[in-house]
Amino acid sequence: MSAPDSRRPQPWPIRVAHWVNVPLLVIMAMSGLQILAAYPMLGPQGRPAGWYPLQGVPPPEWARLGGWLAGARHWHFAFASLLVLNGAVYLLYLALSGEWRGRLFLPRRDARDAARTLAFYLRLRKHAPGQGLYNGLQRLAYTGALVLGLLAVLSGLVLYKPVQLGALTSALGGYDTARALHLGVLACLALFTVGHVVLVLLHPRSLAEMVTGGRKPDA
Amino acid sequence: MPSHVRVLQPRRLLRPTRRDLLLGGAALCLPACDSARPRAGFLGAMERFNARLEAALFDEDRLAPEPPSEELTPPGAYPQYFISETVPIAPASWTLRVGGLVTRPVLLTLEDLQRLPRSGYRLRHHCVEGWSAVASWHGVRVRDLAQAVGASPDARFVEFRSFDSGYWSSWDRPSALHAQTLLAYGMNGAPLPPEHGAPLRLYAAVKLGYKMVKYLTEVNFLPEPTGGYWEDQGYEWYAGV
Repeated sequence: MSAPDSRRPQPWPIRVAHWVNVPLLVIMAMSGLQILAAYPMLGPQGRPAGWYPLQGVPPPEWARLGGWLAGARHWHFAFASLLVLNGAVYLLYLALSGEWRGRLFLPRRDARDAARTLAFYLRLRKHAPGQGLYNGLQRLAYTGALVLGLLAVLSGLVLYKPVQLGALTSALGGYDTARALHLGVLACLALFTVGHVVLVLLHPRSLAEMVTGGRKPDA
Repeated sequence: MPSHVRVLQPRRLLRPTRRDLLLGGAALCLPACDSARPRAGFLGAMERFNARLEAALFDEDRLAPEPPSEELTPPGAYPQYFISETVPIAPASWTLRVGGLVTRPVLLTLEDLQRLPRSGYRLRHHCVEGWSAVASWHGVRVRDLAQAVGASPDARFVEFRSFDSGYWSSWDRPSALHAQTLLAYGMNGAPLPPEHGAPLRLYAAVKLGYKMVKYLTEVNFLPEPTGGYWEDQGYEWYAGV
């Protein structure tokens, strides 16, 4: 593995994992919404969750994949393994390469910078704080997306095997809570994606770097 | 028919949408991904992988926890499900035929079944559609029946047939012989009502609802799996939870 200071800003394993993730997340979200359409309610039978505003409202047809419940389940379970594999490879690379240092949100280091960057975006500050690859707010957002991904997998495992993975089911508050969490995580990831795409379009260089890797420091 | 039954219909079974095909292409597996023929191509290969993973995750000694009684699904809210037009009613001469690879094939009346050891559990039901419900069930464990009829170790699968328009399913032996897998003749402390499968239904902690055949007429211990009503239309065969 190359030394951290001679790497491109976006090393190739990160670029590959990032772009592989795009179709995987789309397939998981759309087949998941087709599964939700079979029972678009939260809460166990006879006790619908009062806080959920979309009780009984099926997701729109255009957002679904799989045609019917059985088809959607085949898509969802087939691609879930690939999503987990991609995530595991990504996390392993972050850990072994040391890239986690520049990418993960470390509260002591990044909290103040994240607040300043947020103030800049909200027009409460005139100047953006200086930054390297990522500022504190970006680290917070990307680390948050990783946590969401982890929660999606854990709650998904509960829905997949609520009995065989009983300890995980209890840890997440039971089957129906895990199902609500699974949908909530999807909503948060969708919001993240909207913000992510908007900001990338405002800063096209970051998109170019995620494709080419960017300039090597010594080039 | 209750409203929740409708979504199980095999709509568009042979008609993948344009979006399915486009997304299949996006996943670089066109034409190997086809929602209508999930047993072929990439989805089929992954389903076989998934079935092996599910069997590996299955622990025959793990019991599902019994939910507290306050989590019992309120009367009337527990979904009813059958494929016939109206609630199937058992003939007065109803018996359960137990056969296949057994040393003592038998015809059992409800009274015969009630003389076998009685077991009961309060369990959470997991439907393929995503909902859960809680009820208690009592009856004879399939493992006690298997012992009573002398089921051969070569019978690695158990088939359950019904008088609900021929609805049936087949199970792997370890799941069928799990300690909480019952031939239930009672629900919530009362005799099993017709809308929940009277006089006898299968109930288990370790499978999705569609595997639990109601209105039972036959239990066969077999060397090969024989599919099932929904399984043959594209739903997953193993369907463990």
